[in-house]
Amino acid sequence: MGSRTEEALRPVGTAPALVSGLRRFARNRAAVVGAVIVGLLVFTALFAERLMPYDPTLQRLELRRQPPTAAHPLGTDEFGRDILSRVILGSRVTLLVSLVAVGVGLGLGGTAGLVAGFAGRWVDELLMRVMDILLSFPYLLLAIAVVAALGPGERNIVLAIGIWSAPAFARLVRGQVLAIKEREFIVAAYAVGVPVVRVVLLHVLPNIVPPLLVFATLYMANAILLEAALSFLGLGVQPPWPSWGLMVATGRDFLLIAPHVATIPGLAIMLAVLGFNLLGDGLRDLLDPRLRNRL
Amino acid sequence: MGRFILRRALTSLLVALGIVFLVTLILDLIPGDPVVMILGQNATAEQVAALRRELGLDRPLLLRYAEYIGRAVTGDLGRSIMTRRPVAAEVAEAWPNTLLLAATAIGIAVALGIGLGAVSALRPNGWVDFGVRLLALLGLSMPIFWVGLVFIYIFGFYLRLLPIGGSGTPQHLVLPAVTLALPSVALIARMTRSSLLEVLGEDYVRTARAKGLSEPAVLLGHALKNALIPVVTVIGLQFGQLLGGAILTETVFAWPGLGRLVVLAIFARDYPLLQGIVLIFAFSYVVVNLLVDLAYAWLDPRITYA
Repeated sequence: MGSRTEEALRPVGTAPALVSGLRRFARNRAAVVGAVIVGLLVFTALFAERLMPYDPTLQRLELRRQPPTAAHPLGTDEFGRDILSRVILGSRVTLLVSLVAVGVGLGLGGTAGLVAGFAGRWVDELLMRVMDILLSFPYLLLAIAVVAALGPGERNIVLAIGIWSAPAFARLVRGQVLAIKEREFIVAAYAVGVPVVRVVLLHVLPNIVPPLLVFATLYMANAILLEAALSFLGLGVQPPWPSWGLMVATGRDFLLIAPHVATIPGLAIMLAVLGFNLLGDGLRDLLDPRLRNRL
Repeated sequence: MGRFILRRALTSLLVALGIVFLVTLILDLIPGDPVVMILGQNATAEQVAALRRELGLDRPLLLRYAEYIGRAVTGDLGRSIMTRRPVAAEVAEAWPNTLLLAATAIGIAVALGIGLGAVSALRPNGWVDFGVRLLALLGLSMPIFWVGLVFIYIFGFYLRLLPIGGSGTPQHLVLPAVTLALPSVALIARMTRSSLLEVLGEDYVRTARAKGLSEPAVLLGHALKNALIPVVTVIGLQFGQLLGGAILTETVFAWPGLGRLVVLAIFARDYPLLQGIVLIFAFSYVVVNLLVDLAYAWLDPRITYA
């Protein structure tokens, strides 16, 4: 079918909008701070091996639970391992688990929302009621139930966090699809004979990317908190992997003698969550200010 | 209104049935044989068969589901594997503690959240506003279990003002409740602020000011009630967050509630207890959401016709 006709139907003016958008983003100081934090986090996770001053699994019992010194800027833990090195490697664990988990949630929920929005009728009813049931579990409880059934470990918390975030993505995508599917450029695409799959992939999806991006960024913050919480409870990442949540949990046992062991990894969690929250808020204001009261 | 309540109650019932189904499903999701997981490899064939029968694993899923509902409505949630006591009794013992903790936290969150949000909205972009917004942002970004540990260190150990764990006196309640409330304080403050700013731009607020009402009278008498409508929804949703957060707070502060019990149940592979707690948690959330929706319809009559 005539791709030129289809070309003409696409929303116009993307290149200049990008430039002015970036300029607006740069003016939003909070968003820039968020972007810098997230950027540093990604950089640390990617180049962890080069940045770590010590082997994060190296145990030196004669140095255990040392407060911060020049040699160990963040001190050492109960096995004399360098906390800075473990926090650095922990960024990779945290980012990887959260990123894949949000991807799983986006995939599961997005597909459900897309199908529900397009199919309508009983398919819509059924899918959205299933999502309602998932949403009716208090935060953390659904993830805990999943992990309790499947057993602790990285793979299962990824699944648990993904399943937990799926209903939110489903609702968002369904709402967007409903709003967009009666719009003129979609109707016109059908009218010129574009097949449904092509309409969805080329015309609907690009238009719901901005709100999805905002949502996914804000959900990264939630996923990091949830991963930390599950690992803190001993249900998530297993030792000797340095997950920040797990590090807080082990430091808890001697909080009163060596408070830095538990508190420093917690600061790392807070910083990462703060970064994604700020970046998400900034992206939302930039891409879709209407979402402001919904998120 | 009557039809709205009926429809909303029916949806809640459907959701409740779905929750029970998922709870029943937990046993089937366990990789391997849950009975062997619980009893270990050295159990005798009789022990295995007995527990299998007790857990209903000798019967198909749907039948077990129907039986679970049938027993649950009579208050029978099975027996805990850890203590051999009825799950209902274990839950009934821990539930009031969690409720006390969550209710106190909600109270703190509503009072502080609305207060801070209102103060913040009075002079937008002033330094008080900036401070409140910064606090809200931090409150939403700090892991709650870590906040608990920091509080224990500062208030329990360093300043020696409050007990660091356990329960029994009102003092024992302070740290866990404040810790649990913190993310909700942040969210409610944010919502109140943005909602109030929106309402303060409305015509009827201008009218109220124009007819010479004092600023507090405008704020308290006219703006705040309308601004609180979206806040009520958030408060309802926060209850779910609080129940989840209670799992962490109770673990950190050794508070003898359902949240701590569920963690113990997971590690002991006490599946009947786990199922019972998940069920009670989810049900309370459904009931609260139902109540919030009804309160919402009462506050804003337009909602019933939507």
